[in-house]
Amino acid sequence: MTGVKFDFDKPTKLIGQPEARLDAKRLLHGRGRFVDDIQLPRMLHAYFIRSPIAHGKIVSINTSGAMDADGVVNVFTGKDLENVVEPYVGVLSHLAGLRSPPQAPVAIDCVKWQGEPVAVVLAHSRAQAEDAAELIEIEYDELPAVVDMEKALDESCPLIHAGYDSNLAWQRTVDVGDVSSAFSNPDNFVVKKRFKFGRHTGVTLEPRTSIAEYDPSDDQLTVWYSGQAPHMMQFIFAKHLGLLEENVRVISQDVGGSFGIKVHTYGDEVAVAAIAKLLGRPIKFTADRYESFMSDIHARDHVVDARMAISASGQIVGLEFDDVTGIGPYSMYPRTSAIEANQVLNLTGAPYVIPNYRATSKVVFQNKNLMCQYRAVGHPIAMAICDCLLEEAAAHIQMDPVEVRRINLMADNSYPRTSASGMKLDELSHQAALNKLIEMMDYNSLRADQLEQRKDGVFRGIGFVSMVEVTNPSPMFYGIGGAPIASQDGATVRLDAGGGIHVSSSVTEQGQGTNAILAQIVADVLGVDLARVKVTTGDTKTTPYGGGTWASRGAGIGGEAALLAANALKEQILDAASVILQAKPSELDIKNGQVVDAKTFVEKMNLSDLARTVYYRGNELPDEAKPELVATRHYRVTDAPFVFTNGAMAAHVEVDIETGFVKVLDFWAVEDCGRVINPLLVDEQIRGGVVQGIGGALYEECLYSDEGQLLNTSLADYLVPMASEMPDIHVAHIETPTKSSVLGAKGAGEAGTGGAPAAVMNAVNDALRHLGVTIYQMPMTPERILSALAETKTDN
Amino acid sequence: MKAPEFTYERPTEISEALAIIAQDAHEKAFLAGGQSLLPMMNFRLAAPKTLIDLGGLKDLKEIVAVEDGLRIGATVTYSELGASALVSEFSQVFDSVLPHIAHSAIRNRGTIGGSVALADPAAEMPAVLIALGASVELASQRGTRFVPADEFFHGLYLTERSDDELVLSVFIPNSSRSLSTGFYELARRHGDYAIAGVCISDDSRPSGSFNAPKVVLFGVSDRPLRAKSVEESLVGVARNDTRKIRSASEALSDLVFDSDLHNSQDTKQRLASVCVRRALEAM
Ligand SMILES: Cc1cc2nc3c(=O)[nH]c(=O)nc-3n(C[C@H](O)[C@H](O)[C@H](O)COP(=O)(O)OP(=O)(O)OC[C@H]3O[C@@H](n4cnc5c(N)ncnc54)[C@H](O)[C@@H]3O)c2cc1C
Repeated sequence: MTGVKFDFDKPTKLIGQPEARLDAKRLLHGRGRFVDDIQLPRMLHAYFIRSPIAHGKIVSINTSGAMDADGVVNVFTGKDLENVVEPYVGVLSHLAGLRSPPQAPVAIDCVKWQGEPVAVVLAHSRAQAEDAAELIEIEYDELPAVVDMEKALDESCPLIHAGYDSNLAWQRTVDVGDVSSAFSNPDNFVVKKRFKFGRHTGVTLEPRTSIAEYDPSDDQLTVWYSGQAPHMMQFIFAKHLGLLEENVRVISQDVGGSFGIKVHTYGDEVAVAAIAKLLGRPIKFTADRYESFMSDIHARDHVVDARMAISASGQIVGLEFDDVTGIGPYSMYPRTSAIEANQVLNLTGAPYVIPNYRATSKVVFQNKNLMCQYRAVGHPIAMAICDCLLEEAAAHIQMDPVEVRRINLMADNSYPRTSASGMKLDELSHQAALNKLIEMMDYNSLRADQLEQRKDGVFRGIGFVSMVEVTNPSPMFYGIGGAPIASQDGATVRLDAGGGIHVSSSVTEQGQGTNAILAQIVADVLGVDLARVKVTTGDTKTTPYGGGTWASRGAGIGGEAALLAANALKEQILDAASVILQAKPSELDIKNGQVVDAKTFVEKMNLSDLARTVYYRGNELPDEAKPELVATRHYRVTDAPFVFTNGAMAAHVEVDIETGFVKVLDFWAVEDCGRVINPLLVDEQIRGGVVQGIGGALYEECLYSDEGQLLNTSLADYLVPMASEMPDIHVAHIETPTKSSVLGAKGAGEAGTGGAPAAVMNAVNDALRHLGVTIYQMPMTPERILSALAETKTDN
Repeated sequence: MKAPEFTYERPTEISEALAIIAQDAHEKAFLAGGQSLLPMMNFRLAAPKTLIDLGGLKDLKEIVAVEDGLRIGATVTYSELGASALVSEFSQVFDSVLPHIAHSAIRNRGTIGGSVALADPAAEMPAVLIALGASVELASQRGTRFVPADEFFHGLYLTERSDDELVLSVFIPNSSRSLSTGFYELARRHGDYAIAGVCISDDSRPSGSFNAPKVVLFGVSDRPLRAKSVEESLVGVARNDTRKIRSASEALSDLVFDSDLHNSQDTKQRLASVCVRRALEAM
């Protein structure tokens, strides 16, 4: 934290104001420029032939028919690229013991999941490439597929990787306190449940798309890439294609959603870059929806056996669970596929005082699509384990779910402290958030309505979650383990001759409004009109070096760098003005684009006059004045591994017990993301996140056959939540700015996704529990709810 | 997801369309709203070598009351059906059903003839037409014929229509004016194909009890299903006899239900039964 002092309450403040985002008009006019909109001369289209089976040896590939087809320029197989691309391995040193074999972008001898690239056709159009693909003959020798992750560690299970003694990729245990005695103490009440979290994926509106262009004359690779972390990709392309990093330029401009899907290394993109290098001409790859389902990373997919011990007075005494998660045949590069399990271990129970905690997670290989970090990594699982057990336990001791939280939540004045798993927590406001939530939702009326409706056979439920969200990660997240992922970000802010301000930042915009808040921060600091601030992000050639936007870090880290850079520019401007105006810098300020007297606000000179004097008529300045009107600052979190945020959420649902259908009637979220920079954007982040969370709780699941075939590869069969079914989502804030930065912003992007599933699960169970039924499997589909209901009938 | 190559024809006369389809009919397909055919081509599940666009055939766009009923041209869109006072006059069932078919953008292009010719087992229109006692008018160079909707649907994407036959119209008999109807469907998300649904008609208005009900399920098998046992159990049951309606709606054991990706056969049967009961109770 720097010595910068900042007034967030000045009359002209922009930080905290509901400003309309500046790029909304451009996007709504259809003027967005997404990668697929770009057409380059001599560009070819890549189409990937993907393995139709989950596991098998490639016996032969005959490409001759395709080579002769109309419009086809070339066909590449994994073997053709073997000497061009250095294989990659998705492990990190701080996840001790994590293993994964080297992976090639296109399968070489063996396919390990249905959807793995096996060959690439390059043609003048995508349609021609698809036509030609039908002429390629590939013979496979099918091997038994490991599909069920719960059986992946059985002695009898086939091994996916030669040379490995089992299908285990990683495991970790956290053991704090004395869990055994917590559970054996007869005074404590114990609830035990098996949770299942379905596999789902982040369905981005714009699929993964890239264009790679290689210029052999200066060994320069340029990749237009719909993604979140351009500098990470720069490193990866350089390393695996044998180029100097400075010779790789990655451009990520308009990106139509990412949700963590677009922050990984996919074979498709690496192969496209390699082929661009081999052929010396631009190659475009646009995943279609079918390919997206089969090759975009999947997430979640956990089975958790968990139990909680609670005292008669409602205190959590112990929490214990065993988690198993299937990640596909490889750990994803470079972020690895063990982070989600690690988050589950780290985050479960983090809002509560839990003296005894033991948790194990096993991460196993299987022959399914790769699993990796997707919005709210691990959070929905961690929050559901603890908060659903807590409500279950509360029900058994006949305690209200709000009351049991009040007893167990960490007190707002008790920070800094650590969570049960040892996470450093600071500046959280669980109690305040819960109080605000209860007030906002009119809890007592809802309970009264619940009883009233029940008389008419209408089953409504109210469910809560108190949650934490990992945001603003420090180098402890990835960098420490050897990943080429920057944890710091930078911003350069420049005053141009016309009085406009140019911001260039290393965080990226994927539709969430990063650019808008950067402009808002800079305009606020500098005292200029928001419309005069222009922002560039997503270009490794022109922006400062940094990590990009993921893990809810854009505002907290990128925003702070922008604030610091703008503040430095302001000092530069006032220095220059003091020379021109013969005043002390401290006597001057900037308001509405004018240098003014700091006390009287009398206008002295507008910024354009100042900049033109400096840029055009330097002769008017004394020789010793060497004004700079551009400043760069970087920022990283140093105080803690992560800046945690917290929130409290509630869902109100109605369960139709005849059909198993769940209708979410209302949803409330109170979030503490520190300083709110733009309430419109933050609220929509929360709402969008909640919708994705409801998707995971009720709708979304990648369904596989026993042979490892993905069964739902279209938006007709994979159900994303849609507007008609979504409730009103009421959002409110508690603002506890983090002291780790001047700006005080924590992240907000993943809270809804992390918290909503547990709240919805609790609500469904609250609706059903009086019938003797509970359900702990997501998504809670009609069929699953009906079978839970049927089971109790037969039990009785 | 790009369609394989095809040639495109846009006839302006029905006779011309029939002449084109007369040869190598199995390699050609009529293009109506394209809301099912074009995605299937993009997925390469269908690969006709020639598309015969029906958009130029004005006669197929008309809704006309004729002496014994209502003739709805094959390329009348769902949106046009919904906007037609004449259609509502023949049966109010269309007004309750149409909002459940996809979304407005799709209803603006999707056609009644396309729905009938496609024979998706989860589609609403086939069930509605069976319940109303409608028939399908087919034409080829070999002649024109009417097939009762009840006999038209043979299975998943399979109908009585031969490859060279054009669906000219759907014919709704005058008798449908005096039918009372019920409709209920369950879809996870509004506009999705139903996971179970039913369309019911009966002419029992004056008597206050069910007389000759037709109960047509959709979304639960490879074709629309007449629930004959339900129909039989309902005869003579008073419209307000909820107990008997409930037991009638459970008389589904004579039918074979198909599972889908998300729902087992048992679930399908159970949901179908709920749909039947709810549709009956609302009649
Ligand atoms: C997202 C989405 C949701 C949908 N949801 C539903 C739903 O809930 N319920 C529902 O019923 N439908 C639904 N549909 C399907 C939509 O209603 C279909 O498009 C329609 O039923 C078919 O009509 P069409 O005019 O688009 O036919 P097309 O797609 O043009 O043709 C379909 C088939 O019928 C043939 N054909 C068309 N017209 C004729 C004719 N006159 N004579 C002979 N053959 C012909 C074609 O050759 C083709 O084989 C949905 C579609 C989408 C994309």
